[in-house]
Amino acid sequence: MAIEYGSAARSRMIGRMMIYGGLIGLAGFYLMPLWVMVVTSLKPLDEIYGGSFIGVPKILTFEAWAKAWSQACIGTACTGLKPYFVNSLMMVIPAVLLSTGIGALNGYVLTKWRFRGSNLIFGLLLFGCFLPFQAVILPMAQVLGKLGLSGTIPGLVLVHTVYGICFTTLFFRNYFVTIPDELTKAAQIDGAGFFRIFFSIMLPAALPIIVVSCIWQFTQIWNDFLFGVSFTAGESSPVTVALNNVVNVTMGRKQYNVDMAAAMIAALPTLFVYVVAGRYFVRGLTAGAVKG
Amino acid sequence: MARRKSITDRFADWLPRLVLAPSLLAVIVGVYLFIAWTGWISLSSSKMVPQYDFVGLEQYYRLWATPRWHTAVANLFIFSALFLTVTIAVGLLMAILLDQNIRAEGALRAIYLYPMALSFIVTGTAWKWILNPNLGIQKVVNGLGWESFVFNWITQPDFAIYTIVIAAVWQSSGFAMAIFLAGLRGIDNSVIKAAQIEGASLPRIYASIIVPMLRPAFLSVIVLLSYISIKNFDLVLAMTNGGPGSATEVPSTFMFSSVFRRNQMGVGAASAIMMLMTVAAIIVPYLYSELKEDRDGH
Repeated sequence: MAIEYGSAARSRMIGRMMIYGGLIGLAGFYLMPLWVMVVTSLKPLDEIYGGSFIGVPKILTFEAWAKAWSQACIGTACTGLKPYFVNSLMMVIPAVLLSTGIGALNGYVLTKWRFRGSNLIFGLLLFGCFLPFQAVILPMAQVLGKLGLSGTIPGLVLVHTVYGICFTTLFFRNYFVTIPDELTKAAQIDGAGFFRIFFSIMLPAALPIIVVSCIWQFTQIWNDFLFGVSFTAGESSPVTVALNNVVNVTMGRKQYNVDMAAAMIAALPTLFVYVVAGRYFVRGLTAGAVKG
Repeated sequence: MARRKSITDRFADWLPRLVLAPSLLAVIVGVYLFIAWTGWISLSSSKMVPQYDFVGLEQYYRLWATPRWHTAVANLFIFSALFLTVTIAVGLLMAILLDQNIRAEGALRAIYLYPMALSFIVTGTAWKWILNPNLGIQKVVNGLGWESFVFNWITQPDFAIYTIVIAAVWQSSGFAMAIFLAGLRGIDNSVIKAAQIEGASLPRIYASIIVPMLRPAFLSVIVLLSYISIKNFDLVLAMTNGGPGSATEVPSTFMFSSVFRRNQMGVGAASAIMMLMTVAAIIVPYLYSELKEDRDGH
């Protein structure tokens, strides 16, 4: 018996070691690109051409970061990513607030003030979450042109708000469904109106989903490339478009360290949000898959 | 004794509809009307600017007679098949490993998922550098003593599409993991206990009991990953820009270059409609079944 017990314990331990080995190996695979980006961005160019790829920098320098931020050339303008980073901020903040606010109201109506046809409206909105945007960029370009918004930040805010509403409505609708109707009914009997109930009952209860919605929208809109590249050119581009232009400069010796620093700069805001509020980010991700 | 409702009461009745109206209008215009508009352009002779004439299916014939489009469609199939298989396999493996009462589970999960927070342009930039045949991974392996090791897929027309699969799997497998893990956590532990008492081994239990119970998670993952692969645009642009030549062209890059680079708006619109129809064929039944279950179940 004792021997058998010992071998069972040993095989259990081997199993545990294999599990941890697999998990750590996978973690290595996921961390490797981030590591490579960071160390490459901190090396002088000569060291990179000398063949150092994965190793720690021998000479540590922030020169590439400074260049990517304020000197790198996007087309003919050598301004670095700074103005485009600002563009992205000016685009993302209003678009996130607008789409989240509208989505909250929509979700409220679709759960607590249902009317005939409100389910159909929800279905219509839902398909918008899965729209391949290629199917709408041509007319959108025409309409933005007619409105005098083509190539502008407000134009991008409008586009991201319109298509963001679909997702934010889904978030809030699935969340408000879980709030008992008795609560709003009772408030109605007490004489509270539509907006009163929304602001003093629904919104305070919706704090987690507001965070989820803001984070999801921020990540989506910050990372967008298709709308940026289709509707803007030159100075009004968001940072993803500028990054792609920096990387695709073909003149002279390729500055890989600047490319990587630029990529890190474009990635930092969403990475920051992920590190601070990862829990809510995951909820946003799975909301598209798990119905409420 | 039916009293007529006062104006304020009637306004209150209509208020919810009024609140919803702007969004509905925006979506009807921005999604459905614009789709119809694109459809119309695809039936016109538009080249550089939209023309509103009618030439029937001419642009579709032209589209399907374009070799570059055939490359794009073939690439989409290769990419989707590999991307879905590998992402699901890796995601499921990670979820199962993480479900074994692991220490530091939270930290590992965060590591597997962070690529989802990145832009595809960032991912593409990083992987393009990693796969650089002169200075990237190949050089590292050469330096370790394996001098003849060659990994130049990104510059080889026949292999470049696979490098995009690698980067896409890296970016999206954490997402599959998250959904599978949520599914695993929803499974009643007593089922597993009972099977263990019967003497079934752990791999056996997973293969024949647990994985089949993850059906809904599989459905969600398959649908969402299919959608990601049809939409995939930024990653290709950042890694290969459709090249070498047109070796890694996919429908989304084909559409973009037809409209914005080649002045073939009609062909571009036709390709966009083909993409839309593919997505709709996958998404509409999925949404329908989700909504129906919603109504029946809860």
